[in-house]
Amino acid sequence: MAYLFNTPQEQQEMLASIGAASIEELFEQIPASLRLGRPLDLPPAMGELELTQHLATLAAKNQGPGDKVCFLGGGSYDHFIPAAVDAIASRGEFYTSYTPYQPEVSQGNLQAMFEYQTLICELTGLDVSNASLYDGGSAIAEAVIMSMNTMRRHDKIVVLGSVHPEYRQILDTYFGPLGTQIVVVPTPGGTVDPAEVAAVVDDQTACVVVQSPNFFGSPEQVQALADIAHAKDALLVQSFDPLSLGVIKRPGDLGADIAVAEGHSLGSPMQYGGPYLGIMACREKFVRRMPGRICGETVDRRGKRCWVLTLQTREQHIRREKATSNICTNQGLFALRASIYLALMGPHGLQDVGELCARKSHYAATQIASQERFELAFSAPFFKEFVVRDLQNDVATVLADASEAGFFAGVALGTWFPELADCFLVTVTEKRTRVEIDGLVKTLALTTNRTTIHA
Amino acid sequence: MRNTRSTHLLTELSQPGRRAVVMPPCDVPETPLNELLPADVLAESPPALPELAEPEVVRHYTNLSTLNMSVDTHYYPLGSCTMKYNPKRNERLASLPGIVDLHPYQPEDSLQGILQLLYELQQFLTEISGLPAISLQPAAGAHGEWTALMSAAAYFRSIGQEQRKLVLSPDSSHGTNPASAQMAGFTAVTVRTVDGAVDMDDLRSKLNDQVAVFMITNPSTLGLFETQMAEIADAVHAAGGLIYLDGANMNAVLGISRPGDIGADMMHYNPHKTFSGPHGGGGPGAGPICVAEKIAPFLPSPMVVKEGDQYRLDYDRPESIGRVRTFFGNVGVLVRAYCYILSYGPDGLKAVSENAVLNANYLLSKVKHFLPVPHGLRCMHEFVASAAKLKQEKGVTAMDIAKRLLDYGFHAPTVYFPLTVPEAMMIEPTETESKEMLDSFVEILFRITEEPADLLHDAPHTTPISRPNEVQAARQPCLRAVCG
Repeated sequence: MAYLFNTPQEQQEMLASIGAASIEELFEQIPASLRLGRPLDLPPAMGELELTQHLATLAAKNQGPGDKVCFLGGGSYDHFIPAAVDAIASRGEFYTSYTPYQPEVSQGNLQAMFEYQTLICELTGLDVSNASLYDGGSAIAEAVIMSMNTMRRHDKIVVLGSVHPEYRQILDTYFGPLGTQIVVVPTPGGTVDPAEVAAVVDDQTACVVVQSPNFFGSPEQVQALADIAHAKDALLVQSFDPLSLGVIKRPGDLGADIAVAEGHSLGSPMQYGGPYLGIMACREKFVRRMPGRICGETVDRRGKRCWVLTLQTREQHIRREKATSNICTNQGLFALRASIYLALMGPHGLQDVGELCARKSHYAATQIASQERFELAFSAPFFKEFVVRDLQNDVATVLADASEAGFFAGVALGTWFPELADCFLVTVTEKRTRVEIDGLVKTLALTTNRTTIHA
Repeated sequence: MRNTRSTHLLTELSQPGRRAVVMPPCDVPETPLNELLPADVLAESPPALPELAEPEVVRHYTNLSTLNMSVDTHYYPLGSCTMKYNPKRNERLASLPGIVDLHPYQPEDSLQGILQLLYELQQFLTEISGLPAISLQPAAGAHGEWTALMSAAAYFRSIGQEQRKLVLSPDSSHGTNPASAQMAGFTAVTVRTVDGAVDMDDLRSKLNDQVAVFMITNPSTLGLFETQMAEIADAVHAAGGLIYLDGANMNAVLGISRPGDIGADMMHYNPHKTFSGPHGGGGPGAGPICVAEKIAPFLPSPMVVKEGDQYRLDYDRPESIGRVRTFFGNVGVLVRAYCYILSYGPDGLKAVSENAVLNANYLLSKVKHFLPVPHGLRCMHEFVASAAKLKQEKGVTAMDIAKRLLDYGFHAPTVYFPLTVPEAMMIEPTETESKEMLDSFVEILFRITEEPADLLHDAPHTTPISRPNEVQAARQPCLRAVCG
């Protein structure tokens, strides 16, 4: 076995030292009636070569970047990853290290964590960041729990209808059974009318949850929504797209109290949706309610600057049933990747990416909407993704035809929004070239013609 | 010979005008941004991130990495955390373009390979657990605990027993158990243990029609198999409750004993422990849960199903608690677990546990001569030694020993857990260490117990930093480069 050391000879020596006759004897604690007594029904072992061939076969059954051009978004994005991110993050000293509970031998990870927190604070315009959470969706749920505990209001939250539908499903799972009222404010025009939010926020409301740019790609009026929330002593939780912040105002500058994000697009691949990176930052006064690990600066016995995990008295391993959350991990490796990515991009790289996304997506939107069959569903401004309406109301065929032609053209919206069953969400990142965009538009045009001829 | 400049912060290394990444020129019309987005949305300038050239970023992080201990460089006898070798093949295979570059909303016919992998993993994990239904969605062990407890709550609602609001767990349990119970809307109640085993009288006195779930870690946090397991399961089930098994210690029982066969109704795996996913300095892990048939309808949505030769995601699950995470879960971690299970096969997995238990008992047989092991002459894959006597005699604590081990190039064991053992040192060798390594660890551990107390109080002496002032870190928090 490739990863086991003990030879039969060594096993005998060790058993002699233990004073046991056999390995079997070591399991005597387990009553016979509680033992399996047969081999597990699993496939036989594969050597590395066979396993490599097997995985290659499975990979070939998927259609990856070599097969299709990706215009899919909705929370998972095909952004560019500089080679240095993989090269550094795949070093075993990062990859195979443990949670930094022994700071003297974990300063690399701790400093990287501290730098991550620093970068996230700068990115969001907020005072403190934790060392990350599971993903963007569960981070929203944690932000809501944090709001409820901070404001001592557990009965009601207000959520915009333009928040990612899967994020809203997660909120339903977390809070529905606990009796929390989740008021969803509809966004028929693609963004919310702040007056409609003002009408439902009251002094029972723990927080208002907004995503901006929202699921449809459009910025919401975050400042106005923050003012509405604050007027009733509620908090504003904003989910943001980290790669929009090269060009768009930061959550902290718009009045958000807690900012959360899906951070995978900062240097991590799409990997079929996970593992991802839950970003969370907040105002300083809420730090002791913040879930997850936090790294802090201090000095060692010789007065040297160093880093440790801190404020751990909030956490489950100390407070047990009184902890502010049950989270006992972070996404260390992905937080590291995000830090390296941001360090490489710098302000101007981030700005370039933002501008390319904005310009390329607008070019694509204009070209698609110039086709007879399609129009933009909403007139609201957008950042890198937009909603296309198929005037012939046959989104399934449009997407299937485009896929056959080599394009994942967009995400059908009917699954989550019955009123948008004739619409799909198109995303254009900085990676998409004009040739690819023109190819998509041409394919959609052919779809138009083909359907017309069939008619 | 250390590069001390590398420990400067990025903000301290930054020079205005430096660039590491230059994006390609825009190949579509360069419309001014204020014609695309309204002025009140646009930032006046991008966030003030550090400005660095690529070589400096690479050198900075590469040097930082050398300040860490890791499984690739050091031995980690870390109890309950199962820091075993992370096979390199798994990293390469999980990074194949046809695995790693997939978008979660691709059409299902373009995802047949990954869906097949996930479906087969579901089969493997249910076989290993002896529980028939599974959700791969939870993002971490504690997330799995919470998800299972939410599913249990839904189950009790469905049978009209929503009065069951109590979750019991032993005083030796992981802190996540009571915390997850509280997060799921239950009240956590502690059950006493005696010599590491559940106090049956205390358990019985707390069982009634208000109890929903008894959460137990088996093998326990003392590294002992709970021999009363059948009795516990009978008592809890007779009271109408469910058994949740914290699967943190599955490394000891692969192919030997299955949670489903010993009375558990629900459990989670920690794939990063049991199936060797790298710890990543604190994540990501994953927290798949397996449950009994009667809980199956309530598991999160979606799950992978097979119809004929086709695999698809099933969202049509009317009694499901819903979604607990975006998309499908921590797929990258699950791919590594799949590769690990296939690398070993049924006999190999059993050999993993046999060698983990052999190594642990071998260490126990050596360590007990100079550090008492209060519970058990034998153990499963880990054991808990106590430095209480040493503390009494010489004033040397478990933490002192832990810190001194760092000087000798060993990571420290888990200390001060479980809370039921004074000056606890929880040692887990894992199966991927050699007898020579274990022998040298024992030799050093013994030598440390003979060293002068003063030397130990000041340890570590050779690490990049000495003991940090943790009180200052918490009293005057500085959580970013420019402290508020």
